[in-house]
Parts: sequence; structure tokens; C-alpha cells
Amino acid sequence: MTASALPVPRLHVVTGKGGTGKTSVAAALALALAGPGRRVLLVEVEGRQGIAPLFEAASLGYEERHLASGLDGGEVFGQSVDADEALLDYLTMFYRLGSAGRVLQKFGAIDFATTIAPGLRDILLTGKLKEAVSRAESGRMAYDAVVLDAPPTGRVVKFLNVTVESGRLAKTGPIGKHSRSVARMLHSSLTAVHLVTTPAAMPVQETVDAYRELMAADLPVGRIILNKVTGAKPAEITEDELESGLARAGVAPDSALVKGLMTEYEAARTEIRAVDAYRDRLEELGRPVEELPLIPEGVDLSGLYQLARELRPGGPHEH
Amino acid sequence: MSTELDVDALLGNEGKHVIACCGSGGVGKTTTAAALALRAAEVHGRRTVVLTIDPARRLAQSLGMEALDNTPRPVADVRGGSLDAMMLDMKRTFDEVVASHTTKDRAAEIFANPFYQAVSSTFSGTQEYMAMEKLGQLRATGRWDLIVLDTPPSRSALDFLDAPARLARFLDGRVIRLLSASTPGARRSMLSLMGASAAVFTRVFNKVLGGHLLTDVAEFTASLEDTFGGFRKRAEATFRALQDDQTSFLVIAAPEPAAVGEAVYFTRRLTEERMPLDGMILNRLTPVAADLSTERALGAAAQLEEADPDDPVAAVLRTHADLARRRTAEERIAARYEAACPEVPQRRLPALGVEVVDLDDLRAFGAAAAGA
Repeated sequence: MTASALPVPRLHVVTGKGGTGKTSVAAALALALAGPGRRVLLVEVEGRQGIAPLFEAASLGYEERHLASGLDGGEVFGQSVDADEALLDYLTMFYRLGSAGRVLQKFGAIDFATTIAPGLRDILLTGKLKEAVSRAESGRMAYDAVVLDAPPTGRVVKFLNVTVESGRLAKTGPIGKHSRSVARMLHSSLTAVHLVTTPAAMPVQETVDAYRELMAADLPVGRIILNKVTGAKPAEITEDELESGLARAGVAPDSALVKGLMTEYEAARTEIRAVDAYRDRLEELGRPVEELPLIPEGVDLSGLYQLARELRPGGPHEH
Repeated sequence: MSTELDVDALLGNEGKHVIACCGSGGVGKTTTAAALALRAAEVHGRRTVVLTIDPARRLAQSLGMEALDNTPRPVADVRGGSLDAMMLDMKRTFDEVVASHTTKDRAAEIFANPFYQAVSSTFSGTQEYMAMEKLGQLRATGRWDLIVLDTPPSRSALDFLDAPARLARFLDGRVIRLLSASTPGARRSMLSLMGASAAVFTRVFNKVLGGHLLTDVAEFTASLEDTFGGFRKRAEATFRALQDDQTSFLVIAAPEPAAVGEAVYFTRRLTEERMPLDGMILNRLTPVAADLSTERALGAAAQLEEADPDDPVAAVLRTHADLARRRTAEERIAARYEAACPEVPQRRLPALGVEVVDLDDLRAFGAAAAGA
């Protein structure tokens, strides 16, 4: 190794507990990384078709497809990688199987092979990622970055740590060799695993657990993204002040309304204090913690761009 | 508007012995299962057990236990009936199944097989299959009036229905029989049976996976054959048990497009499979306490801010407007379920202000679910 800086991650793995918005964050990150002239591939591997609806696009397939323009003039492509297709792809590449591959598929053999070796599925999927990260086209990298909408925190370490499974099951053969080369990339600084959480006890706990598991497995942790943070301003106020304020603004301050608003505001302030505590807890992990606002209407395409601006390299206020 | 789900009527129905909570990850499935089980015990005096599948420190803690394991253990401080809780340990459950069906020596042989180790701990579908297996075991003891089942945090909620059959089909299927026949000595018969494609298959997979893997698989399945054949039969029996009207399925969702989409798919599948679906619980709606439209609130806030940009009353109004907008968006998403599945009784639950950390929180959750 030379003394030069570590390479910038080119594979961004985005994980989080279910419900934290990891798919939206992965999509926003892809848009943010697609700066001028850059090409970014956004990949999902669990066949959930979570990406397409965010972009108001038709379902993604195994073929990469143009999805959207990036934030600053780049391009984002999308792909849904399926293990069976990846195996066929792989067999075709290494064994020149041609139509025999289709016969195997009909026979149930492909399904069988990806089922008998539990790690095989993940090896094929991560192998496909590696191929996308390292593919070159006409003298330049096909993609400047690849963003993966990864399995949730509970399963992500197992997913990324393919060598353990494959070492046990496929000691010899090209799959074994292949998986070792994939593992090398996943454990290198070319990869960054980003953890998405919301300001709530269970997701934060899972994030802390996942962080430890990733570190123990020697996988590179990137950013921690605290998502869906409400933007309420904390202020002190009494019921009387609220009542007279409402009157000034022309809203009839009946007591049920005043009580209701106070209840909501109390809850919001509790939430803000909780967010502070969760942020502290996450910062203790020693990784950068970035906040994304809650979008009240839910994340649609314009919401994605809004989140992307927050995630843009250098932060939201660069431009 | 679809009918309101009567949670208490369901929990108190003595003809129901299993309630399975299904839904995608992150919708509060585990919490819902625990809260319903607690309410069944305390309010309806039923002898209840909750079987959770998440690697669940969280549920354990809210039930006042350090950790849950593969054996049901009583929850302390339950007022009324009794509540036991357990967490599925799929490897141990698989081991138990093997051990109970074969001799000690044979079992040891199976346990030592590397393929068995892979299947019993990581095989996709094993968790779902073992959940069914455990459910069958719990029912057979007759110790409980009601079993509340939290389903595995699968990629898709449908895995819960599909995976057991897939595993059974796989372990009992054509390809595996072929492999069992492909142990040395039987090779020729296999080739004559299946022809050239089988030869290609064996050659390619030996090459790709490394030869020993297929041998491990073949040995494993051969030993399973004579210990307890008919994985498929077993899975089919469990599947049928889920269809009888002693079982009740509840679909759990949160007001997010993906979760509601999953809930719709799952409801369709349950209906197609003639599974007894009794209702849908929508968790985590944003709670709105004040009755004031978003537009009025924002207009009033803007007016106050003209005089004083930091007017705290404006901050209160903006907080309300945010909540109201969130709630409106959530209701719109939830309406997709109602449009697609109008015949399913629903229960919509605003998020509790606090997170569930102990029995009291679970009680409050259960009471809210029951509308009490």
C-alpha cells in the first residue's frame, strides 16, 4: 500500500430495521451521488420492488434500466437482482452453457442449487454487485457508484459475510474462489455499510447491535443516518398563553382545542428530547451521524430529491 | 367503511386456540402479539402462550424476562389467567424433531452432517417450517387454551405461508430423490432415469459447488428418508391445521405504502388458501389530539409569526399542522387496504406516546387494541 488516501467507497450498502425508510434513503443516496456526469446504479436484491414505486417507474428487472436524473445532472440506473438469474448468468459466463442453462432451470435445478447452499444465494447476489462495481465500459468505469438497498439490519451481516457459509459448504470449486474475491471487496474500503434508523428505541438498539456485528465481522461501517426527524421547535408555553394566542390569530380557543394542542405539543417536545438522547447514543459509536427530516406527506419523488439534497457530499448547504 | 374488528370478542372466543399475527417487518407485529396474549390471559382468563420468532430481547424485556428461549416460561405479575412466553430456536427445534424420530446413533450422524448444520440454521424457510412444527407441538400438549403466534420477520409476509411447503417440497422432492440415488453405486440408475440433463446437472453442480457438497446432501437426505420420510406430509398437515376455524389470522400493518401493499397481498393469499382471516390491525397511526384543519393551523401560525417570528403559539400550531398532514397522508395509504379488502374487519391504532418497555405498556397497548 502507498501512503495515498483510502479509496472513496464505490459500493454503498444501505441497511436498517424494517420501517426506518432504508429503501427511501438508499434511493436518495443514489440521487445524491449522481453528481455532474456521474452514473450511479441502485440495486435491490430481495425482489420486493420497493425502488420502482418511489421513482414512479415500472417494476425493475434483472436488466439495468435508467431510472432518474441525479441531483446535479448525473444519472441513476435501477436493477432488481434475482439469485436464479444471477446463477444462470454465472454459469453462462464460466461454462458457456447457452441454452442448457434454460433446460436446467426448467428442470428445477437452478432453484435447487440456490436452495441447497444457503450461502450460494447471497454469494451470487453480492457477486453480481461486485461485477457492477468493477465493470468497465469504453475505458471508464460503467458506474461511479453502486448503491444497494440491502436486507434489514437483522440479516445484513450474514448477507455480506458470505465467506463463512461458502467456506463451509463449497470449499472447492469456482463458487468458493469467487466468493472469496467478493468478500475481499466487501471487507475493503471500497465498500461502506450505512445504517438507517429512526429516533425510536428499537431501531436505535438494532443499529447499535448491527454496528457491533459489522465491526466484529470486519465490515466497513459508513454513515449512520437518523431518518424521519421531526422539525418541531421546542418552546415553553402555558394553556393561558396558548388560549390568548389563538384568539389573536382568529381561532376560537375552546377548551378541547387548547387541551388537544397542548397534548400534541407536549408529545412533540418529549420526542425532541428523545431524539437528542438517541443522537447522543448513536454518536458514541464514533461514526458520522446525519439527520434526515420526516416528510409529513410521505416520501414521493420530490421527497426523494429533498432527502438527496441533505445527503449530498458536503452536506445540504453546499450549493 | 369496513367493520370494526372486535378484538375482545376474538380473544375471549373459547373456540379459538391459535391466533397468528402476520405482516412485514417493522409494523409492530411482535408487540401486538405479546399485548394480545397478555390481554387474553388477564381480561379473558385464558391460559395463554405467546410464541415469538424474532431474535427478541425486546419482547423478553417487556415481559419482564432477561431472555426467552425455546421452552415456554411463565410471565410474572400477570393478573388473571396465565401467560407463558417463548422464543423459537429453530436449530434446537429441528434437532428435537430429528432426535424424536430416530435412534441416538443415527441422530448423531445427522447432526454431524455439514449440510444438516446448514439446513437447520440458515436454510431459507427453516424458520417458518420450524415455527409450524413448534406450533404443532404446543397444541399437542393441551397445556394452553390459546397460542398467540408471532410470525417470522421474513422478506415478505408470504414466506410464512410458502416457505414450509417449499422446504418440504425441496426435502421431499424430485431433485433430492435424484441425488439420494446418485450416491456411489446408484449412479447408473439415476442417469437412465433422468437422461442427459441430469448428467449435465450433476457435472455442473459438482464443479460449481465442489463435489463434497452433493455427497453431503445425498447422505443427509438418505438418512432422513429412513428416519422420518414425508416432510411434505408433515408440512401439509400443519397447513391444514391452520385452515380449521380454531385458528385465527390477524394481518398487522403500519401506514406505509410497502407495509399496506404486503398486507393486501397477504390478505388475498389467506383468502385464496381458505385460511381463517379475522381482521387487520393497523398500528402506528400518528396521534392527533386537536380538531383543527391543517390550513387553519398554518394560516393562524403565519399570521402570528408576522408580529413575532418566534411566537410559541405559532410553534404549537405548526406542530399540529405537521401531525395533521402526517395523519392525512397515513389515512390515504390505509384507505388502499380498505379499498382492496373491504370485507376484512379493521382496527386502527394511533401510536402510543411511549414505547413499550414493560407489562403496563403492553396492557395499555392491548386495551387500545380492544378499544377499551
